Amino acid sequence: MIAFQAQDISVRFGGIRAVDSVSFDVRRGEVFAIIGPNGAGKTTIFNLISRIYNSTSGKLIFEDKEFTHTPAWQIAGLGIARTFQNIELFPNATLLQNLLIGRHCHSRVGFAAELLFLPSVRKAELRHREKVEDVIAFLGLEHHRNSLIANLPYGVRKVVELGRALCIEPKLLLLDEPSSGLNVEETEGMGFWIEDIKKDLGITVIMVEHDMALVNQVSDRVMALNYGKVLAMGTPQEVQSHPEVVRAYLGGEVESVA
Amino acid sequence: MEDAARILQLIVNGAASGCIYGLIALGFVLIYKATEMVNFAQGDVMMLGGFVAFSLIANFHLPYWVGGILAILITAAFGYALDAFVLRRVIGQPQFAVVMLTLGLGFIFRAVAGITWGYDSVGFNTPFTNKTANIGGLILGEDNLSIIVGTLLLCVVLYLFFSKTRVGVAMQAASQNQLAAYYMGIPVRTIFSLIWAISAGVACLAGILLSPVSMIDVNMGFLGIKAFAAAVIGGFGSIPGSLIGGVIVGIVEQFAGYDLPAGFQEVTSNVVLLLMLFIRPQGLFAERMGKRV
Amino acid sequence: MRYLFRTQYRQDIALWRHNGDLVWYGLLTVLVLIAPLLLGEFYIGELGAVFIFAIAGVGLMLLVGYTGLISLGHAAFLGIGAYVNAVLLAQGVPFLVTLPLAGAFTALCGAAIGRPTLRMSGLYLAIATLAFGSIVGTVFQKWTAVTGGFDGFAVPTPYIFGIPIEGATGIYYVSLVVLAFVLWISANLLRSPTGRAMVAIRDSEVSAQSMGIQLARYKTIVFAVSAGMTGLAGALFAHYVRYLAPDAFDVLLSVQFVTIVFVGGLGSLRGAILGAMFVRLLPQFIAVVRDDLPFGIGRLPGLEPSLFGLVLVFVILFQPGGLNGMWLKIKQWFQAFPFKRQTSFRRQKSYAKSERLR
Repeated sequence: MIAFQAQDISVRFGGIRAVDSVSFDVRRGEVFAIIGPNGAGKTTIFNLISRIYNSTSGKLIFEDKEFTHTPAWQIAGLGIARTFQNIELFPNATLLQNLLIGRHCHSRVGFAAELLFLPSVRKAELRHREKVEDVIAFLGLEHHRNSLIANLPYGVRKVVELGRALCIEPKLLLLDEPSSGLNVEETEGMGFWIEDIKKDLGITVIMVEHDMALVNQVSDRVMALNYGKVLAMGTPQEVQSHPEVVRAYLGGEVESVA
Repeated sequence: MEDAARILQLIVNGAASGCIYGLIALGFVLIYKATEMVNFAQGDVMMLGGFVAFSLIANFHLPYWVGGILAILITAAFGYALDAFVLRRVIGQPQFAVVMLTLGLGFIFRAVAGITWGYDSVGFNTPFTNKTANIGGLILGEDNLSIIVGTLLLCVVLYLFFSKTRVGVAMQAASQNQLAAYYMGIPVRTIFSLIWAISAGVACLAGILLSPVSMIDVNMGFLGIKAFAAAVIGGFGSIPGSLIGGVIVGIVEQFAGYDLPAGFQEVTSNVVLLLMLFIRPQGLFAERMGKRV
Repeated sequence: MRYLFRTQYRQDIALWRHNGDLVWYGLLTVLVLIAPLLLGEFYIGELGAVFIFAIAGVGLMLLVGYTGLISLGHAAFLGIGAYVNAVLLAQGVPFLVTLPLAGAFTALCGAAIGRPTLRMSGLYLAIATLAFGSIVGTVFQKWTAVTGGFDGFAVPTPYIFGIPIEGATGIYYVSLVVLAFVLWISANLLRSPTGRAMVAIRDSEVSAQSMGIQLARYKTIVFAVSAGMTGLAGALFAHYVRYLAPDAFDVLLSVQFVTIVFVGGLGSLRGAILGAMFVRLLPQFIAVVRDDLPFGIGRLPGLEPSLFGLVLVFVILFQPGGLNGMWLKIKQWFQAFPFKRQTSFRRQKSYAKSERLR
């Protein structure tokens, strides 16, 4: 059961083809990892899926509906959530407010109702709070609830970023380098959470990662990229032993970038 | 023939006032390119520079050229001190804070100028006052011509400075990538203060060039608002752009003043500004930037 | 030292945090209601002006402090509200209709300026609003058929249910009611999804979009709300000054508004009120103290704007949290007493963050 499909997507920045005719499928409920050296175009693919960039060609299909031209702000409503590589939280708001902002796409109250704070708005707010508390419990963030993000350490912020994406109640979750900046224990914890997200919450996950141990631990299939092009796709073992992939990471003869 | 003469006259007048806007805008852009701060008090620095020149030339009776250069140097030193003692302390605060800070400084400058030199308009004798030149049958005021020529000379000087001298190249580096500049051993904070100094000097020059055309008074700095239009049209990151933008604003203003009913001239620069912002916000010459997430 | 026990989610969305707050607010309400019985007409007049500026301040605070959109042209909205109210009153429309109409019309103008400026941020928005304010000011001067231009426009006395609202006390109470209304609306907005969307837009636009926030819609809404509130303030301002002159709504007034927001403390409703008090009462304070100042400083012309500028500079350099920040620090000092430490309020070193890439 294919949840997400990218068909021949490309994007150019000036003369550079950051993503060059990339195609891949992701099955529902699987964890799909994208690996590759720095600058390979992995985060750019995420930005294309989030519609922050416009792809110059190709199609993006989610649950059999094409969304190649949907505006960026409607992506969350489709059920696609993402985290950012460099943490794009809202630093002058509390953790609770950040997570509640994640619930925004589920808000159905009218503007006039908000101005008067009618009972319907109050009920909706309490309901959002309950959902957010579920995520807080899942990730163990209770004692940081009312801290300003600006005052939280990096490791906690990474978890909050994940939490905020989960508040969207996504069907597809894009994780951009979830373990970067985390130490060994924190990375293990992140791995367990990703497994829980897959098994207990049934969310499809696409993950950009550099940490091969984490990739081996959680992913079902892996795609390797270099210079914006797909090098290999398959199980983690298949991809990591693929000669092209090995050459991309460890170097080999100078190859032409055609 | 008369029409052509009138049009040419308007163009020259417009170019002259446009050069003043362009010079003020140049000051904005220099600082903005390097430090991303906007100096909303740039017009008031021009006013202070003009008054200093007035004191030196009219009160201390220094010759025009000596007094002028001395005034520029004094104002440049003032700009350096302003950055070193005040603006450096607000690094890290949002851009809005700097806007407010410079607005507040503008108030202080106007008050100090009023206290020191009074609230009347003053002027001093320049080699160009009340003289006209006969160029190809056209009678043009030498004061306007001096503005245009002075601005062009300044452009040449600045161009040579930024591309050929070590300090100038260092300034370009510091404005593009602060961290890398630090690593290369460039004293970034001193450089920024120097940029403020140059910006202040340019403002003073604008004040001196402007004085034969319109007298120096405390509220002269409000020209700075029109200079925004110049800077925006040029694109806030482009130095030649601000001058071209200024000239465009100046010329459009002149034609508006002549062809449109009375009272529309003041609005012209603002309308041009808004049109530019709606149609092509990055200006004629600047690059678009986006955040990489 | 009080510790807040939170046992229900309801407590977090309530307008007051605990019963102690209720007591203080209740006391404040009582004081404010009986003030005209205690103070003379002059002081009541000044307080009325403070309320009017506070209404505009709250409007601007929502835009600048909470959404991060700068406006240097808000005097234009004040003027639009003032003229709409005055012109309609002169046509015989009752005050209870002209007041909300003035607010609504100004809100539409705000939305109109909000839409084209959607993609502008920071500096460009400041410049665009500055230009807009200038143009509107010129329209006030030139459109003499409606505004009377420099001849001025006499503002008719408003009547509420047949009672004339005249004199300082009338303005005081009407402004108070409108201020309370505006504060209530703002507090409601801030605790609902729109308020959070505003904060999200301020802190990271890209991220906000990924959370499903449509930037265009929310920026336009905030501009409209902000302008609408300022329009209400404008309508009341017309009655405060009784005679409208077009050059009252100039750049300097816009700068005063932004000062209210800034000196008050960005990102807090209390700050808007404190800022309004500062901006309105400073000139009065100077007038009183003028003759006692040493070295004849008091007799210098231009003392007021220079003090204005000095305070602005000091606040930005040394107390960026503004008056609200100082209030919170004092409260914290009392609450933590005697455990306050020297480094409690030390600011952290901060580095320049590029605004070109928000």
